Amino acid sequence: MKQQVTITVNGTTHTSEVEPRLLLVHYLRDVLDLTGTHVGCDTSQCGACTVHMNGDAVKSCTILAVQADGAEITTIEGLAKDGELHPIQEGFWEMHGLQCGFCTPGMIMTSVNLLKNNPHPTEAEIRHGLEGNLCRCTGYQNIVKAVQYAADKMNAEPAAAGDD
Amino acid sequence: MAVSSPFGSSIKRREDPRLITGAGHYTDDVRLPGMLTMSILRSPHAHARITNIDTSTAKAMPGVVAIYTGADLVDLVAPVPCAWQPKDSDIKVPEYRPLAVDTVRYVGDGVAAVVAEDMYTARDAAAAIDVTYETLPAVVKQLDAMEAGAPQLYENVPNNVAFHFHLGGGDVDAAFQNADLTFKQRIVNQRLIPNAMETRGAVASYQRGSNELTLWSTTQNPHIVRFLMSLCTNIPETNIRVLSQDVGGGFGSKIPMYAGEMIASVVSKELLRPIKWIEDRSENYVATTHGRDHVDDVEVAAMSDGRVVGLKVTAYANMGAYLSTAAPGVPTWLFSVMLGGTYDIRNVSSDVYGVLTNTTPTDAYRGAGRPEATYIIERVMDLVARKLNLDPLEVRRKNFIQPADFPYSIASGAIAYDSGDYEKTLNRAIEMVDYTALRKEQEEARANGRFFGIGFSTYIEVCGLAPSAAAGAMGFGGGLYESAVVRVHPTAKVTVLTGINPQGQGEGTTFAQLVSDELGVPVEDVEIVWGDTDRVPMGWGTYGSRSTAVGGSALVYAARNVRDKMMKIGAHLLEVSPEEVVFENGNVHVKGAPDQVKSFAEVALAAYTAWNMPEGVTPGLEETYFFDPVSNTFPFGAHVCVVEIDKDSGKADVRRYVAVDDVGNVINPMIVDGQLHGGIAQGLAQAVLETAVYDDNGQLLSGTMMDYAIPKASSFPNYELDRTVTPCPFNPMGLKGVGEAGTIASTPAIMNAIIDALSPLGVEHFDMPASPQRLWQFVHEQKGN
Repeated sequence: MKQQVTITVNGTTHTSEVEPRLLLVHYLRDVLDLTGTHVGCDTSQCGACTVHMNGDAVKSCTILAVQADGAEITTIEGLAKDGELHPIQEGFWEMHGLQCGFCTPGMIMTSVNLLKNNPHPTEAEIRHGLEGNLCRCTGYQNIVKAVQYAADKMNAEPAAAGDD
Repeated sequence: MAVSSPFGSSIKRREDPRLITGAGHYTDDVRLPGMLTMSILRSPHAHARITNIDTSTAKAMPGVVAIYTGADLVDLVAPVPCAWQPKDSDIKVPEYRPLAVDTVRYVGDGVAAVVAEDMYTARDAAAAIDVTYETLPAVVKQLDAMEAGAPQLYENVPNNVAFHFHLGGGDVDAAFQNADLTFKQRIVNQRLIPNAMETRGAVASYQRGSNELTLWSTTQNPHIVRFLMSLCTNIPETNIRVLSQDVGGGFGSKIPMYAGEMIASVVSKELLRPIKWIEDRSENYVATTHGRDHVDDVEVAAMSDGRVVGLKVTAYANMGAYLSTAAPGVPTWLFSVMLGGTYDIRNVSSDVYGVLTNTTPTDAYRGAGRPEATYIIERVMDLVARKLNLDPLEVRRKNFIQPADFPYSIASGAIAYDSGDYEKTLNRAIEMVDYTALRKEQEEARANGRFFGIGFSTYIEVCGLAPSAAAGAMGFGGGLYESAVVRVHPTAKVTVLTGINPQGQGEGTTFAQLVSDELGVPVEDVEIVWGDTDRVPMGWGTYGSRSTAVGGSALVYAARNVRDKMMKIGAHLLEVSPEEVVFENGNVHVKGAPDQVKSFAEVALAAYTAWNMPEGVTPGLEETYFFDPVSNTFPFGAHVCVVEIDKDSGKADVRRYVAVDDVGNVINPMIVDGQLHGGIAQGLAQAVLETAVYDDNGQLLSGTMMDYAIPKASSFPNYELDRTVTPCPFNPMGLKGVGEAGTIASTPAIMNAIIDALSPLGVEHFDMPASPQRLWQFVHEQKGN
């Protein structure tokens, strides 16, 4: 039996009939056509599907769409505001924090959350904070630099640190 | 606007704006009207006869459109092809049906394909198919499979040996007879699972009327897919368009032709509906090729001063249950030619046995054959040092090929190294780590009972996979040249079509830098196009660190031909002869008179309006170039790894990692460094984290990301990089390629460090993975003794 859900995604409210077993990531990708959120595993290890739910980073392959009923979701498509990249996105570009780009949306969403919870992370804290996201291309070195770049920028301009 | 030469500058990637905003376009992002989803039911047994397949329950489920079994496909599609069959190897290629017909031979062998209106239904229906199996004895390890009485995978492949390959040169027997020191060592290079972050998948759409197949495929080589798909399906090559847009990592695992895209294509032709098939990760672990999996018996002959005079290797390569597309080339040619490494060893012989087992087929994985060879020779250098009580650096120096020796023909004569200065990279690395101080630190650590080790790897690799004549001689079923089209538009923008197909290596940026450099146009005005067989001329794809050395060269030559034509047109417009003009910053001007000039835009427009062309010059401004280099390229370097093994946890902690690489000239240092970072991490991960584990029945125990240890952000520290530059003489840019260097170099560097750390316990060799569990167990067993 399908169930009705009302979910606000990137500021737009959607009401849909979904199967109770539909994963949030498939809701985003296949119902709303927001394909920036990726599926990289089926055991919640890789973090490619990370989005924000009510301001916290979650792995959208581990949440049912019906559990997100009434929630506010931000995906990678909703991170840049008015055409301006979020400092984390900018950091990934500046520091060559991506190669194939498949893990990148999830990596960016986790990094935003990491800096929200810890605006002045050490390198070790960044590495620890990203343990739930896997990247096979970069060896993580430039991802760490990207997060450091964003932290510096956001600390210099507190206004840019606005939450989603 | 002219720009200063962009060659050598770390400009930001032009690929990134779409990828960081969620606007990338990977295969699973393809959406077509009327598209169906396909799910493949795979064998849960490593070896079994299929006695019955009952699809009735599945077929009756709402939303299920069709179900195909192996028998249904026999007339629709040929077996999965093996396209690299080394000559003189007595190779036997077993029939690899896209879906098994009577017998399954590994966990993951396809059994049935379900097509349904959506993915959830397709998977439910696949689970509802009732297959009756009669299980057969399975064999998992290559040495077991060769033994008398072992389960046989195929009647016509005795002892499961699919091929035997030999390469050798010099007088190996004499070298062993005359040596001061001879010894044997078995070295295992364990099986790995590539784990590109994007699993494999395809979308096939066959159009009625035009009889055209459009196939979106996450591949490293779309033209090879088109070529083989045409041969396997009898759809004419003219009617197949393969598209490959953003590819989420490959590492070799997206070179082969796979059953999935073959089935999707013929099913789309049958049903006249678009078919999407995307692996889930568990499926990827069993259905996408694995890498490495060698057992190597190594025999070494050395003189008392440390010179290695003879090397004899017998390699047993586990090929899995079938021979994948390029698989036989990996442990044969790509392995055997690199066994001598950077060392002048005149007597080298290798015998390679390709063995079939009830496991997922293996094929190329980052480095493909070269990491296995490099691991052997770099371990050999340390073993010789240990046995003769010499410093491993001294042994390396004693054996290095010297700069004056290039081009250097290896013992077998099969290839010749281009250029190199191995001592220079090593010296720089030693300076960076402060070797003397490090050894002192080690002495102090050892005095305190700590396990502290220093390891070296002074590697070389063969890259820029080419030329085509060599490919033919090696039994590769294709060419290895590369194509490029450089098209200047009437508005002076430039489109470049390239036959390579990146998966994150950044050629959308570096190739634009090359064209900008040649034509004097801004990087932003150059569009690089790949991954569309309808637009791009035949090319062979991205693997073997060949894209820039071969594909980049093709576009440089095409751009130079464009430039020559622009000089002819420009000179004509300036009413002088072509010899009287120069091409500078994109403009054509009279020599010594920069004010008598025709701009890039003026010449481009003139070429297309063609109102006033010089005699014998055709309209338009577009050049195609097929580049086939005379030889490979040979990047090299010196990597140093410092580890400390934590006695309580068994973890080999990387304290420092210094890499000095020589990849020739560098177009974009930021991108080259990024390739090295990722490569080093992958190589280190083989040494201390990753391993594919099968039980004796052929069940893959490390079959999810929960069970297979992929490195995380906290696994390794920052790498300290530097470079020397020895230009390659075989391409116009003088570059060598960098995609695999890090992976090839880092595995032996860290293993030599770990074994050095364990040497107070009398350890000379330790097999990978040196995981915390295995190291802890070993150290504690030693203590117990």
